[in-house]
Amino acid sequence: MMRRALSRLANPQLLALAGVLLINWILFPNFFRITWQDGRLFGSLIDVLNRGAPVAILAIGMAGVIATKGVDLSVGAIMAVAGAVAATLVVAGYPAPVAVLAALAVGLLCGLWNGFLVAVLDIQPIIATLVLMVAGRGIAQLITEGFIITFNDPVLVFIGTGSFLGFPMAAVIALVLMVLVTLLVRRTAIGLFIEAVGVNRAAASLAGIRSRMLLFLVYGLSGLCAAVAGIIVAGDIRGADANNAGLWLELDAILAVVIGGTSLLGGRFSVPLAVVGALIIQAMNTGILVSGFPPEFNLIVKAALILLVLIIQSPLATRIVPVRVAAPEARK
Amino acid sequence: MADEQFALEARGITKVFGNHIALDGVNFGLRAGEVHALLGENGAGKSTLIKILTGVYQATEGQVVAEGTPITLDNPQHAQRYGIGTVYQEVNLLPNRSVAENLFLGHQPTRFGLVDRRKMERESRAVLQRYGLDLDPSSELGAHSVAVQQIVAIARAVELSGKVLILDEPTASLDRNEVERLFEIIRDLKARGLAVVFITHFLDQVFAVSDRVTILRNGKLIETRPLEGTTRTDVVRLMLGKDVAFSGATGVEDERAVGEVLLDFRDYGKKRSIHPFNLTIHKGEVVGVAGLLGSGRTEMARIMFGADAADEGSVVFRGKPIKINRPTDAIAHGFGFLPEDRKVEGIFGDLSVRENIVIALQGKLGWFSALNRDEQLEIAGRFGESMDIRAASLDMPIKLLSGGNQQKVILSRWLATDPTFLILDEPTRGIDVGAHAEIVRTINRLRDEGLALVVISSELDEVVAYSTRIVVMRDREMVAELTGENINPGVIVQAIANHREGPPA
Repeated sequence: MMRRALSRLANPQLLALAGVLLINWILFPNFFRITWQDGRLFGSLIDVLNRGAPVAILAIGMAGVIATKGVDLSVGAIMAVAGAVAATLVVAGYPAPVAVLAALAVGLLCGLWNGFLVAVLDIQPIIATLVLMVAGRGIAQLITEGFIITFNDPVLVFIGTGSFLGFPMAAVIALVLMVLVTLLVRRTAIGLFIEAVGVNRAAASLAGIRSRMLLFLVYGLSGLCAAVAGIIVAGDIRGADANNAGLWLELDAILAVVIGGTSLLGGRFSVPLAVVGALIIQAMNTGILVSGFPPEFNLIVKAALILLVLIIQSPLATRIVPVRVAAPEARK
Repeated sequence: MADEQFALEARGITKVFGNHIALDGVNFGLRAGEVHALLGENGAGKSTLIKILTGVYQATEGQVVAEGTPITLDNPQHAQRYGIGTVYQEVNLLPNRSVAENLFLGHQPTRFGLVDRRKMERESRAVLQRYGLDLDPSSELGAHSVAVQQIVAIARAVELSGKVLILDEPTASLDRNEVERLFEIIRDLKARGLAVVFITHFLDQVFAVSDRVTILRNGKLIETRPLEGTTRTDVVRLMLGKDVAFSGATGVEDERAVGEVLLDFRDYGKKRSIHPFNLTIHKGEVVGVAGLLGSGRTEMARIMFGADAADEGSVVFRGKPIKINRPTDAIAHGFGFLPEDRKVEGIFGDLSVRENIVIALQGKLGWFSALNRDEQLEIAGRFGESMDIRAASLDMPIKLLSGGNQQKVILSRWLATDPTFLILDEPTRGIDVGAHAEIVRTINRLRDEGLALVVISSELDEVVAYSTRIVVMRDREMVAELTGENINPGVIVQAIANHREGPPA
């Protein structure tokens, strides 16, 4: 049992995260220092969790989408829409729970719309979700009427900046979502069906799997996750910025899922490893920030990371370093 | 014969992929002004031979000779320069560009370095008229029917190449009139001195238009002979590898007791896919389906399982009418379907053997009654044992297994659902001898246990051995139902080859 748990920890994603943290530590010796202040934890490591949470939450939804051989480009825009809905409602005097539920419902609806385009109209996911990626920011701007709507609602601000048992609220929400979604896909047959559809949709159909419902589910979930991330980001800046909230985060989320070991060709996926992928990205961001390098480096390092992941996944790499598999002998 | 000059000739071609010999010392000569049919079942080596003749592949051994000169073809453009053009089953053109652009793509007439559109369209019109097409060269190609696109593809190949034209199943998606029109064009090209290679699965078409025929089987040349004086029966025998003298042995020595009626398909069919057929299936019975590739065997299996929806006829299951519009309908009634193309429609390559086995059962159970890992392992282990699946671990990806073991996994997938009716499409194709025997054994066992099975196979000896009844398919139609002592390879070959009166289809 112990050995199995250990061998699970030795996967490439966790090793990569450890590597990034180690480099951060070398460049910035105080990286691992955590202090307790005003009833909450502070430190670079906590910062990684806090700042990484929105992308991690997006990645939780994105993992299922990519596993079905799809992609959801609209999550950044859905964040903006959800933030705009929540902010507008609290400013209009509605109680915060109503605003949050409305924002979540809008996010879910956006996701189901993507699901409709992909599952029913059979449009390629990259195009289908591009529609909302473009339109979403427009919708968000219509909702906010072009202004950055600021608010002081204590509940929303708590969601964005509060803490629970000393940990930042955003990270706690991400953790809870990760656990819930993992249970949803692994304790039911949904995870297996998602992988089956992603690996071979024709065979899945002949084996009696209704891929349509499944696609609605994964895109709906992705929209819902994006709404959660959108509410967190809005609460964090105490305002809804239709133009900038969640901008380009869809790409970080895709990268996180790919780092988490899911191929863009669909198939095997892991929600926790996608979250680890998001943490790797954020650890790099934070590391560059705290070690005093100019932030421009960030983009270049990220690009280098993408290149590295792609090279590792390319057919060339698998040819050079063949996957070791025991010879299929008689099973006795 | 040895110094006969061919327009295009393959001499002793051997092609090896990994450790699989796709072609084994094949000779193939093509005369100018003939239509030469190339026949063989799937995997016989037809497409490999074509790809070598057109420079897509390079031969491991042997030589390609054009008009007496040995040539080396590095790529298809190279082949074009020697006058060799190919038209594939799926039209290989750009549907969103104009007809003229498609005809002249890559060698457009230019003026001052720019494409001379007017000249191109004028020449296109002339070319199209030669093929009996009166259409606007500036219209989008995709707006025309598949038949017209096919003819444009032929026109392009002939204009570009002009000596040898290879037609790889050009008629697969055409209706009868369109086929006839295509044949007129082929005959015309032949009269102009072109050498035409014609690949098809439809025997009637072979006899309607070809002069000579070459038959391949398992990568080996079986025979090249003129069609004059050759019967359909001869051709089928050569393709299926049956000796002219049949043993006459029938599989069913004793009349097996057949159970009650399980399923009844009445006038069941799908337009442009398979003619309506009637088939009654009993418990404890194996209905063998014989017929050449493209005869409608697979189409029949697919509508029985709901993989394609039938558009006419009815089904009665256990005395009650049912609808089978999609696989889930069929599975709910206890059907199972092992598809012909294991890789494309059967296996989930990246998923484990265990998951591949439980997936259909889990699909039946739905999203929320998930089998846990232990239950999955138990089920997979049970079938792994009883079907003798050779895998290092049940958790290894199925794509690493041999073809035969993959097939056993898919069969196990359906057995795990406790089926009443199984449809097996070519269950033993391309698998090793051991797995082959295991699958045949399983078919016999399931029949004795009271399951109903429909088994499609090109292996006549095999169908004869386990079937209680055999239906024969030809030209997308069920043409014969054989029972008792008629279950015999000789009778089957006769039924497959039998020429129907009337125009060739």
